[in-house]
Amino acid sequence: MSALTFTLRSAPAQRVDVGMLNPAALAGQAASDIAAIVLNVGKRVVRADELFDIAGDDATDIVFRGDCSKLERIGAGMKSGHVTVAGDAGPYVGQGLLGGTITVSGSAGAFCATGMKGGRIDIAGDVGESAGGAIPGEMKGMAGGLLLVGGHAGDRLGDRMRRGQILVGGNAGDYCGTRMIAGTIAVAGALGAYPAYGMKRGTLILNALPAQMLPTVVDCGAHRLGFLSLLYASWKGLPGPFGTLDAGACTVRRYMGDMAVGGRGELLVRG
Amino acid sequence: MIINGVAIDDTFAEAFGMRGIRLIITAYNETWALHSANALTGFATSVIACGAEAGIERMMSPDETPDGRPGVSVLLFAVSSKELIKQIERRVGQCVLTSPTSAIFAGLDEGDPVPLGKTLRYFGDGFQTSKQIAGKRYWRIPVMDGEFLVQDTARMVKAVGGGNFLVLADTQVQALEACEAAIVDMRKLREIVMPFPGGVVRSGSKVGSKYKALSASTNDAFCPTLRGATKSELDERIGAVLEIVIDGLTDASVKKAMEVGMRAVCRIGAAGGIRRLSAGNYGGKLGQFQYHLREILK
Repeated sequence: MSALTFTLRSAPAQRVDVGMLNPAALAGQAASDIAAIVLNVGKRVVRADELFDIAGDDATDIVFRGDCSKLERIGAGMKSGHVTVAGDAGPYVGQGLLGGTITVSGSAGAFCATGMKGGRIDIAGDVGESAGGAIPGEMKGMAGGLLLVGGHAGDRLGDRMRRGQILVGGNAGDYCGTRMIAGTIAVAGALGAYPAYGMKRGTLILNALPAQMLPTVVDCGAHRLGFLSLLYASWKGLPGPFGTLDAGACTVRRYMGDMAVGGRGELLVRG
Repeated sequence: MIINGVAIDDTFAEAFGMRGIRLIITAYNETWALHSANALTGFATSVIACGAEAGIERMMSPDETPDGRPGVSVLLFAVSSKELIKQIERRVGQCVLTSPTSAIFAGLDEGDPVPLGKTLRYFGDGFQTSKQIAGKRYWRIPVMDGEFLVQDTARMVKAVGGGNFLVLADTQVQALEACEAAIVDMRKLREIVMPFPGGVVRSGSKVGSKYKALSASTNDAFCPTLRGATKSELDERIGAVLEIVIDGLTDASVKKAMEVGMRAVCRIGAAGGIRRLSAGNYGGKLGQFQYHLREILK
């Protein structure tokens, strides 16, 4: 068996929801059935085989090729299996992901991993704004699993995040962890202004102070926090800077906030 | 059966089904991990009055512990799940939470859940925070030296308590030295503890008493000073009897510990004043497990 591969015949002019092209939905379907799946391209309705060259037969291993930056909800809601995007992906990658893995060799659009509850998403490049964040109208953003970003993250990373981990190898924008409820975000590069705005609980792990700190985030001093050794050990072997952290280097400067909303969240700045 | 001049009685040790758990205590250094472990396993010799039987299983190097610090593995046993849960809450709360730099983790991955940090977290008065790491939940409770890290839930398993053997010797000192040698060898094993002081008990008991309030009393048949006054199990050469009691996570681990201990005693042999090996039982009517000495040593 070979990977079920969807190669774009040409870059779509408008956004296409491909959430239904995931391993669970395609399991057991004949090639003709898959080809006949109806997709919405803007206000037009097209068959999958009008949009893609479809090859392969292993629905547990799905590959998207071509300029996929207009493809929305890649791997949305999948429970197992693997989805690969060779190149850039559009917004909502892995929305509501329950299990399995999604790998994007390029960058992903906004709201990557929103509502994700399990599994793992690897983005080699950048992610747009509100990665792991809640889409408008939702009370919670990411609620489990691991989002690994090799490049930079946009603003509002982890907005209303409820659980899970987001690791960013590059920089992150403003308002990181805004309205965060729980979970862990680590940023290896620089961080924009006003992280932890409205943050109730959860942990931001940084290598340096952010560009601008909120006055409602308070300094609690430098401490050795034992849970970090377990956390770092769990990241061992991951690609990027977090896979090689010294599990014994657990002393951090601890800031708590946002005191305006209870202040049980924390920013941990590594020494 | 006679080994190196030591007569092996044709009898068996009778042991009971218990609930057992392994916990891992870590600290800044081995000394403080041991302080905490010693407190946790203190006053835990017999379920008759202590609520639990416990002991230190082994020391753990930093590369073996969850948080990369020196640690101690301890085993606790109780007669029921409910009692074990109660004992763990009390002992961890009073002996580990209180101990500087300590942290505590589950030592078993399988079994029935036992609240560990799940209940202790409330000590944090709302400042406690939880973290899920690699599928396991931990609690971080702020304390005066930093944070107390405790795993949310540990696991308990069906276990065995009360494996035993009796060492019958010419003198008290000879019996004691033989038991010390046995304990040294037995402590190299995993999954077992010998819960009495130094691993050895001198006050073996029988069921019942002439006093209504007592459920157990001295095992007069093995008391050398009563040899002529009671239905004694001792001949005129026996001057002292000591017992080693073993609790283990599995039937096999208790059996192995008994074998290792008895063989260590037999190595000392008659030349060292050891005359007999026997075992405590209740006629096979009470315990789920029977360990026949001659079968183990054949």
